[in-house]
Amino acid sequence: MAVSQTRDLGLPLIKLLRLKGVPILQQLHLEERLLRTSSDNWCIINDGTIDPTIVMGISGKPQELLEIESILRDDIPVIRRFTGGGTVIVDQGTIFVTFICNKDAVPGLQSYPQPIMSWSSLLYKKVFQGIGDFRLRENGILRAWRPQVWRECESITKNRWVHHTSFLWDYEISNMGYLKLPKRAPEYRQARDHLEFICRMKDYISRSSFIDRTIEAVGSEFLLRSAELEDAHCTLGSKFEPSSRLLRKQELGEAIFKSLTASQS
Amino acid sequence: MALRMWASSTANALKLSTSASRSALASPAFSLARSFSTVLEGFKYASSHEWVKHDGPVATIGITDHAQDHLGEVVFVELPEEGKSVSQGNSFGAVESVKATSDINSPISGEVVEVNTKLSESPGLINSSPYEDGWMIKVKPSNPSELESLMGAKEYTKFCEEEDASH
Repeated sequence: MAVSQTRDLGLPLIKLLRLKGVPILQQLHLEERLLRTSSDNWCIINDGTIDPTIVMGISGKPQELLEIESILRDDIPVIRRFTGGGTVIVDQGTIFVTFICNKDAVPGLQSYPQPIMSWSSLLYKKVFQGIGDFRLRENGILRAWRPQVWRECESITKNRWVHHTSFLWDYEISNMGYLKLPKRAPEYRQARDHLEFICRMKDYISRSSFIDRTIEAVGSEFLLRSAELEDAHCTLGSKFEPSSRLLRKQELGEAIFKSLTASQS
Repeated sequence: MALRMWASSTANALKLSTSASRSALASPAFSLARSFSTVLEGFKYASSHEWVKHDGPVATIGITDHAQDHLGEVVFVELPEEGKSVSQGNSFGAVESVKATSDINSPISGEVVEVNTKLSESPGLINSSPYEDGWMIKVKPSNPSELESLMGAKEYTKFCEEEDASH
């Protein structure tokens, strides 16, 4: 990849780490380590993950969000990640883009959830400019692409923040059957089920074009420096234990029990 | 390019209150056009927007009205267990709001002696009552002199104004 060297107008430096097919749990562990132990800005792009995996937010309750019996029957892994937000099912058709930044990396950006989301919205607006029928709609605090092709979430510490997005470049319709309609959903969702609510990005843009356009958009905000996975591991402290984890089958079984108990009471 | 983060560029005029109750002028949570954040006298404040109220052998800790306003609706709170140690400036838990988790950092060091268990069922208390019902933990301070390094109400008010003005 050609990294532009021509613009150095006081832009903050960001290390660009391009991955392909890295398992999502490994990606989440890397992100959390970089958030907590690195002092650099990072942009991580992971082009697909190997196996279909369900990823819940930090407070996700399996009994409310998941069709657990199907998940156990089909042996689908379920991860609880370290960031907030909703539930996604990811696979080789998902493209992940993550920003891990110091709080002062982006001039004028307060490290609170809405400003960070607004900033990312503007960045991705550049990526999708002129592509298909996507329209950016401002809806008060929340904004929505219609239809939706991504899920995003964040984690904010005292001095840094991480914003990660899962883009549905492609997906298996059958996989959406593992997810329930969330109880708490933004108004724009209007109680639509997953298949009505989302669409495939591949119908609008090629995989490589999306990634290239994203890198170009990042390059308009930061001075890009390519990095390798080994570089990321070198900067990491050895004592840090990431909190994203795979839920055990026993825990999922207990969630079914809780669900049955709640419905009977 | 100067980014205009309209959600936080709305001016936050801060009002000091000498009573323990919330200012009547404080706008309800989630309001887009929020104009006041409450800062209480008699509390101490950290630059990461936590407050501490020292009362005899125990100090109570929570997040400020300014913080809850910027975070948005709190949907989940992760708090430590009783008996756990906390240290000044380091994370002791997290709040989840609109798609984000944010660390909560302890303004002082000590041992957790009580946790607000109501927050597990009613995390929104942090939005509706950040200085009273939304308290998070009570700590037995191990180094009471740490309180002197924290900001008083007027200083914290100015800090918030400067922080909002710089963005």
